Amino acid sequence: MAEYWRWTERRWQDPDRDWRDGELITAGVDVGSVSSQAVIVVDGELYAFSSMRTGSDSPESAKKAMDWALEETGLTLDDLGFVVGTGYGRVNVPFSNKAITEIACHARGANYMYGPTVRTVLDMGGQDCKVIRCDERGKVNAFVMNDKCAAGTGRGMEVFADLLALPIEEVGELSFQVEEEPPPVSCTCVVFAKSEATALLREGWPKSKVLAAYCSAMAHRVSTLLEQVGVEEEFAITGGIAKNAGVVKRLEAEIGVTALEAKYDTQIAGGLGGALFAQHLLKKKLAKN
Amino acid sequence: MITAGIDMGAKTIKVVVLRDGDIVGKAKTVAGFEARESAEEAYAAALEEAGVTTAEVEQIVATGAGRKWAPQAARDVSEVSGDAKGVINLYPGARTVIDVGAEEGRAIRCTEDGKVLDFALNEKCAAGAGAFTEAMSRALEVAIEELGPMSLNSQNAIPMNAQCAVFAESEVVSLLHAKTPKEDIARAVHDAIASRIVSLARKVGFEPEVVLIGGLARNVGFVDSLQRALECDVTIPENPEHIGAYGAALAATES
Amino acid sequence: MKAHYGYKDGAGDFFIIIDTDKCVDCEDRPCVAACPADVLEIITDDYDDEVAAVIEGHRKTLKYSCAPCKPDRDRPSLPCTTACAPDAISHSW
Repeated sequence: MAEYWRWTERRWQDPDRDWRDGELITAGVDVGSVSSQAVIVVDGELYAFSSMRTGSDSPESAKKAMDWALEETGLTLDDLGFVVGTGYGRVNVPFSNKAITEIACHARGANYMYGPTVRTVLDMGGQDCKVIRCDERGKVNAFVMNDKCAAGTGRGMEVFADLLALPIEEVGELSFQVEEEPPPVSCTCVVFAKSEATALLREGWPKSKVLAAYCSAMAHRVSTLLEQVGVEEEFAITGGIAKNAGVVKRLEAEIGVTALEAKYDTQIAGGLGGALFAQHLLKKKLAKN
Repeated sequence: MITAGIDMGAKTIKVVVLRDGDIVGKAKTVAGFEARESAEEAYAAALEEAGVTTAEVEQIVATGAGRKWAPQAARDVSEVSGDAKGVINLYPGARTVIDVGAEEGRAIRCTEDGKVLDFALNEKCAAGAGAFTEAMSRALEVAIEELGPMSLNSQNAIPMNAQCAVFAESEVVSLLHAKTPKEDIARAVHDAIASRIVSLARKVGFEPEVVLIGGLARNVGFVDSLQRALECDVTIPENPEHIGAYGAALAATES
Repeated sequence: MKAHYGYKDGAGDFFIIIDTDKCVDCEDRPCVAACPADVLEIITDDYDDEVAAVIEGHRKTLKYSCAPCKPDRDRPSLPCTTACAPDAISHSW
């Protein structure tokens, strides 16, 4: 059976720069429950990254992601002055010098990706959802993380993509192909919401309408998590679900705040923050010697 | 006097018919797409077993999550009071009722005359209800009826880290990949749900005798885990999933 | 930092909120010993501050972990918040 919920894997490298012109080369590896990213930073600027699916073995996934990011750059693991591991599998990154929580890394990464004016970061990952409030340096002021329940996470959306046999990249757009916005799915729990959706499909609802109902339920769910710590502008959304307009647009409408436009791949925030922490720690280490 | 109780559960609909307080007919149907039709079907089947006609039934009382949809019911009672009434009539010494259905788990503390003192619910989350075992049996590729007997053969207590049924499915798949025996996984599933139910029981301050009802009472693996976690035996009636409907039918005799 | 540990699920919100800016100056940390369910610990956070936090294993089970301190009737004041002199701990439910 086809898996409809796979995000595409990708790699990027700055075509206009050469790491040989830089001094400090560091990396951050974010081993998430669903996808892993390795990000390389040269003198505090994003240089290359990879994003791939996490396998059953965390250390192996971290290594694969790192190798792929290094590929074609001419860099080797030994050229990296400092590596920070973050994410769910952060303690399982064999070549890392330090593990830092994904909360701190996300704030730091978002500060780079969206600029120092970003105050609230919503990260919708594969198996968690977090809201982080941060200052102009990307330091965390408040956070809330929900990784106990699948509602409001990418996994919840994947369950629906699977149920409807649709590729995950398409569910957001498809959810707008409705004449009228349906009421949200009433069950929060993904298991119960799935039964509810099955009943709606049997009732003759088109897939797009079911998706619209689930996207708005998810948007509502996430908005209640935002309320827990409060939303201060500017506001940014990272993680896989940031790519799902069906959830993002409905969330923006619900909270009355528009999210900043993403200039970078939204899934790299954690890894990038890790690499930036690594720059800071490398400088400290070098200053000591 | 002939009365009927209809329990409109999330997954199944149960009907009990009483003649002067004694059970003379009962039936169960899957709550399909049209709950009302399924209820009609179960009601007709229960009447047939009882050998009575619709005209002979004096009172019908409904209970359960979908009780507003019950056909012909003159009035309804909450699941909590239906459960308590049904259990106390069968077991006057019962002080705690634990009911674990498809989509809800509940613990009720009651007096000898069936008055509810306190109750706690696990609702709106599959982790604390029968839906959790269903999802896990799918992940294990084991028929739901086999999950209970299978877990009794477990040699090792292993922990389940995930709380959410969706995440627990992935955990079960990883455990299978790691060659963990299915028996041990089945036990971990039952231990996990039992620990959540016990926390509800503690919340109401459970006292013996404890009576377990609802569909999960038929799962021997869950019963074993529950007794271990409660550190006491539980009494299970002959038709555990019909007790709510029985309580509703008893309530019908009072009006 | 206001650290919210816990979760939200279909049944409700279950968070313990620790204000680390208030917590960091406390010397005795009586909260850890006060909790009968051993829910709290002292950690060094990402900014090198020594502060109280909810132990990882309890973060997804707070509704149940804290249940003994939260009976439905005649609820006494919570041992953790009572012990915390700087008033850094609060519960969302």
